[in-house]
Amino acid sequence: MTESQEKKISDTRNKERQAKFKNLSDIDIKRLYTPDDIKDFNYNQDLGDPGRYPFTRGVYPSMYRGQLWTMRQFAGLGTAEHTNERFKFLIAHGQTGLSVAFSLHTIYGYEATDPHSLGEIGKEGVAIDTLRDMEILFDGIDLSTISTSMTINGPAAILLAMYIVVAEKQGHAPSELRGTIQNDVLKEYMAQKSWIFPPEPSMRLIIDTIEYCYKEVPQWYTISISGYHIREAGSTAVQELAFTLANGFAYIEAAIERGLDVDDFAQRLSFFFNSHNNFFEEICKYRTSRRIWAKRLKNKYGAKNPSSMRLRFHTQTAGVSLTAQEPENNIARVTLQALAAVLGGTQSLHTNSFDEALCLPTEKAAKIALRTQQIIAHESGVCDTVDPLAGSYYVEWLTNKMEQEVENYFDKIDELGGVIPAIRANFFQKEIANASYKYQQEIENNERIIVGVNKYKQEDSCSTEILKLDDTIAEEQVKKLNDIKNLRNDKKLASKLENLKRAAEGTENLMPYILDVVREYASIGEIITILKQIFDVYREDSIF
Amino acid sequence: MSKQKIIKVLVCKPGLDGHDRGAKVIARALRDAGMEVIYTGLHQTPDDIVNTIIQEDPDAVMLSFLSGAHNTLCPVIMEKLKDQGIDDVLMGVGGIIPEEDKITLEKLGYKGFQGPGTELKEVVEFVRNNLKR
Repeated sequence: MTESQEKKISDTRNKERQAKFKNLSDIDIKRLYTPDDIKDFNYNQDLGDPGRYPFTRGVYPSMYRGQLWTMRQFAGLGTAEHTNERFKFLIAHGQTGLSVAFSLHTIYGYEATDPHSLGEIGKEGVAIDTLRDMEILFDGIDLSTISTSMTINGPAAILLAMYIVVAEKQGHAPSELRGTIQNDVLKEYMAQKSWIFPPEPSMRLIIDTIEYCYKEVPQWYTISISGYHIREAGSTAVQELAFTLANGFAYIEAAIERGLDVDDFAQRLSFFFNSHNNFFEEICKYRTSRRIWAKRLKNKYGAKNPSSMRLRFHTQTAGVSLTAQEPENNIARVTLQALAAVLGGTQSLHTNSFDEALCLPTEKAAKIALRTQQIIAHESGVCDTVDPLAGSYYVEWLTNKMEQEVENYFDKIDELGGVIPAIRANFFQKEIANASYKYQQEIENNERIIVGVNKYKQEDSCSTEILKLDDTIAEEQVKKLNDIKNLRNDKKLASKLENLKRAAEGTENLMPYILDVVREYASIGEIITILKQIFDVYREDSIF
Repeated sequence: MSKQKIIKVLVCKPGLDGHDRGAKVIARALRDAGMEVIYTGLHQTPDDIVNTIIQEDPDAVMLSFLSGAHNTLCPVIMEKLKDQGIDDVLMGVGGIIPEEDKITLEKLGYKGFQGPGTELKEVVEFVRNNLKR
């Protein structure tokens, strides 16, 4: 064989399928990683044993050998009666934690009768207008034994107040209650868009809940600092991580400014991340997040209690990655995403149903989603040892690389004057819009392959059973709201609302005032209307 | 000198749904295809939308729904347009629209129904080929 022939064969063998290999954060991935890529690697400094600072390998020493993650599936639709039935069904089947999805009109603080509520009542979650609905939602459920996660932001303080009052009526003190409110307004301006007030008064309400819970509801997680929605809106993994952690630090700083000690509240903050398609990128994202949080809490904010430095998180698989084409393929996608979350050390997990690009999950699809988690937990063997990927040249290199890129974003945010000024400058919104447009173009140019969408495509591939909702929900909700309004003590309510308004004009903690109006069955819409008079509303620039 | 008319499109997010990723990507794709695009932003009521249509006089309106509110809001919007005597605007709907709802919406005069996985060029072609004026 001539030299040129040999060269030709060797070139063919070395030829790669693509000119470049990039992950979803646009980071170039090399063919091979070797000890040279992690030359300065120091086990104790960079990783530490699980349960030890900087917690890269996990927040607890035994992780899933001790306790599996909580399988917490998000549920809520229709009226409080419908969702109460669903909750009881879930509890009867062994679920120990509830996760409430609220109706869009509840999320925005409109009454069911408001023109903005048209067509939205009970469609994406349970419809709540007053304390009466919350009493029905948790009827027959002992709030001292269950933990409840509520995905609510703008009106989070009001829903928390309602929960506390329902528990009081069951004979339970606030100190017995366990649960989470999402209460993360900063990511609303960036991504999820269910804002109500401008950033400053919204931050005040959040710090009010932190301060109140520290004293009265010490087992409550006061914010679930969420990257999930940032990612769903189109960010990269690095952006998800950077923006979410920046928000976390903004809450820490605001609470310290209020006069709280970091060790009094930091351990009651939790996180919520997305799990998307690129397997190793997601795993490294979780590992990086723990290390950055621990380091900053210790070095910048002076935390002394290791519990304040532990970043605990919930994960949901990426809704946006689900395809309407050949929906059953989503079962495989969700499995990989869930596995990444588990290998990344998540504390709880929601797996999406395969039909969610088409409708709310049918019962069959929801069951497969839960079974996926159970199969990973009990059949795969990945829970037998903690952080099995540690020490991999690629994983440790990528963990370091992501940390570096996140730090670069922190510098940019600092240059803009912090998170809130950067929101006002549309910095995050533009970053996310650009990333999502780029992602879509890469799919259209076949630079990214989505099976069944831009490769191995088939016609007529969308058919699956669809869940339909009852059309009478809105009418029922309006009737319930009107009924309760006829039963209230209007005079007492008006004076309590007036007290709330005056308190909002000042600087006092609003939680006690909100509890007072909630007890008189004020609607969320009425409370928000009063607060809007003082706080104003947020208006977004319609950039794209 | 004759100049080809620039197509004017209004991209709308009706209702309270905040899922604006698709609407924004589509707005950008239409703009990149040479159209004049106005994006309403979020939380538009039927009255907001009809008022914007009167003010802006677009050739096409693209409504994006992911919350399931289309069955309630689409008939109201079309009714209000009729009241105003507006019948020469292409009314497109996209997002998550179940098959049987498409039939109902089509009868009302809506078109398109681009769902997840639709290519952007398909949306651009849809607007170009279905204009009513």
